[in-house]
Amino acid sequence: MSYRDIRIGTALGLILIAVACGFLPLLWLGLAYGFSGFDAYLPRVAGFTLKQAFFSTFLSLGLALPVALAFARRQFAGRNALLKLFSIPLALPAIVAILGILGVYGNNGKFGGLFPVYGLTGILLAHVFFNMPLAARLMLTRLETIPAENFRLGAQLGFTRAQVFRYIEWPQLAPAVIGIASLIFLLCTASFAVVLVLGGGPQATTLEVAIYQSLRSDFDPARAALLALAQLVTCGILILIAGQFAKEVQVFPRSLAHVKRYDGESVYAKMLDYAALGVATFIILPPLCNVVATGVTRIEFDSSLLRATLTSFGIGICSGSIGLLLGWVLADGAGPRSGKRLRAAITLACLASLIMPPAVLATGWFVTLSRFVDVSSFAVALVIILNALMALPFVWSALHPALVENAQRNDTLCASLGLKGFARLRLIDFPVLRKPLLLAFLMAVIVSLGDLSAISLFGSDSLVTLPSLIMRQMGHYRMDAAAGTAMVLTTFCFVLITLAQSWSREQ
Amino acid sequence: MITLEAVQFRYEAMLMHFDLQVARGEFMAVIGPSGAGKSTLLSLIAGFEEPVSGCIRIADIDMQGVPPDQRAVSMIFQDNNSFAHLDVWTNVALGISTSLNLDAERRAHIDGALERVGLAAYKTRKPTEISGGEKQRIAVARALVRDKPVLLLDEPFTALGPALRREMLDLIRDIRAEKNLTILMVTHQPEDAEYAASRVAFVDAGRVAHVLPTEAFFAGTAPSKIRAYLA
Repeated sequence: MSYRDIRIGTALGLILIAVACGFLPLLWLGLAYGFSGFDAYLPRVAGFTLKQAFFSTFLSLGLALPVALAFARRQFAGRNALLKLFSIPLALPAIVAILGILGVYGNNGKFGGLFPVYGLTGILLAHVFFNMPLAARLMLTRLETIPAENFRLGAQLGFTRAQVFRYIEWPQLAPAVIGIASLIFLLCTASFAVVLVLGGGPQATTLEVAIYQSLRSDFDPARAALLALAQLVTCGILILIAGQFAKEVQVFPRSLAHVKRYDGESVYAKMLDYAALGVATFIILPPLCNVVATGVTRIEFDSSLLRATLTSFGIGICSGSIGLLLGWVLADGAGPRSGKRLRAAITLACLASLIMPPAVLATGWFVTLSRFVDVSSFAVALVIILNALMALPFVWSALHPALVENAQRNDTLCASLGLKGFARLRLIDFPVLRKPLLLAFLMAVIVSLGDLSAISLFGSDSLVTLPSLIMRQMGHYRMDAAAGTAMVLTTFCFVLITLAQSWSREQ
Repeated sequence: MITLEAVQFRYEAMLMHFDLQVARGEFMAVIGPSGAGKSTLLSLIAGFEEPVSGCIRIADIDMQGVPPDQRAVSMIFQDNNSFAHLDVWTNVALGISTSLNLDAERRAHIDGALERVGLAAYKTRKPTEISGGEKQRIAVARALVRDKPVLLLDEPFTALGPALRREMLDLIRDIRAEKNLTILMVTHQPEDAEYAASRVAFVDAGRVAHVLPTEAFFAGTAPSKIRAYLA
């Protein structure tokens, strides 16, 4: 057994323990109580969870498709700026965006009273705000891999705009769409902050939030366990379905030059494209402007803000480091040298926090630990571990391609030179991987900085991060202070994501 | 058949300037260093790029503002000549009707073209399931059903081995003779030009520097730039 095997085994083992501590007590509780906790509440909550996730996914994808097609087809002044705007929601902490949405569409907002912002409409708006840009960017990535010759051939054959879509664009998108849809469905199923703030009562609550309420308000671990099991089954089925449909995706070598397009020259086509971009911009921009406009002047530099900032960064750096370390070891273990089974196990481990959303894991940990110790004294550690697990999918996606490339490029030469262990790490891996490693770390920190679910489940008066400070200020109707804190949090996330983006571009 | 008069085109920092005449039924090869503008020349004729100034005529019709599908031209690229998710037959059928609106006569026409290029047995295969040479035959079959008088070839056989390349060139030569096609072929293999073309155009630094009969092009008396490139 090599040092590498031990490393990978340890990382996998740690995640397995974390997942087992989350899952087994739930199973045990679920079996012990059976369906005694089962009443009309659970199906209603589960039903609403699926309903809002379905509509959120449908709307996000439905709008993202014309947006992605327009971005792929058009070159216009400000295209890059608009693309940057579309990347902001991806980095914005949920609570900040919610504050922005409330500021615009809430009772006192500029567009207040247009529609009820609390309840299903508000939840859908917030989910589209986050997921439409995500879907559009993922689709655009696919569209940008279409070889230029396809469009030339289409032009030569006289394809109409619809035929370009049918023969060229859609076949390229189709294999990815189910994957994107199931990702967004999963994210919306496990959505916490949005539903916590914008959901209203038992009519508009999701499993994730109901778990939190059972644990923190009702002190009813048995019900939390039942809800968590329902959530776990839902997410598990979703992942299975997504896996079934995830087809082998055809990848063309990416051309560096911009692909020239010949379709969509009519006024009508142009209007449609720019209308799609306009609608999308109108969804994204107002809440962002609101956050900045109301936040800048209202920052209250007091001790609670300072403490929350330090706590956030402390937790962020710790969980980022753990997430990076775990993710690095695992992504390295899933390289081309490893067997198929090991790779599957590692992929599954990295996605653990998607299959078992934070509230599910937290419920299990809570039940396990509360039998032996006072959970609140371990709160910081639990938040850090939970955040690290939540960051793993992001660390994975930032590191894995770079590690595979590094292995393909350097493994043979390193082996022939006998370069291994620390010498290889110092001379080859670290210099080559410095940027992706930093990128992965920053993404992990950003996930942690924006986290509201772990901190809500384990936080207390003495453990307050920036997002939970915003929640507290909102809870006390100190909306100005909340806006100011949101501005501070946004600034931090923004600086980090800008750093991350500039590094990832240089790769 | 094809005339380029003082055609100017700007590609990044490079200003290209083309003058060229290709006679009806002629097989002309286009040779020259990488980045000299060979492919751009074909793209201008096919209508994928619009010149800044100058005039392109195909069959004596000015092509300014004429979209690619309304030009009397078929073009075969080096790669990606077919849609990977459609079978061989459908890929060829798109050459006749983009809405795949096909009566019995058209279907027979497509079958005939596939027969002609030797793909009759592969109708229902996907392009990913056949070899590189067979893939390029799809494009040849599609050009056959499109039945345009000009055929532009942009290094279509570069990826194939010598014997297969010769076979494909024979196919193109036969079709040219049958249909009296005018052919312009960009190639990096001088022996292909020598084998198939009646004249060779030498493109260098964004200009058609020389147009010579094939024999003169490969003779020791050719201009020094050509000899330097060939050596």
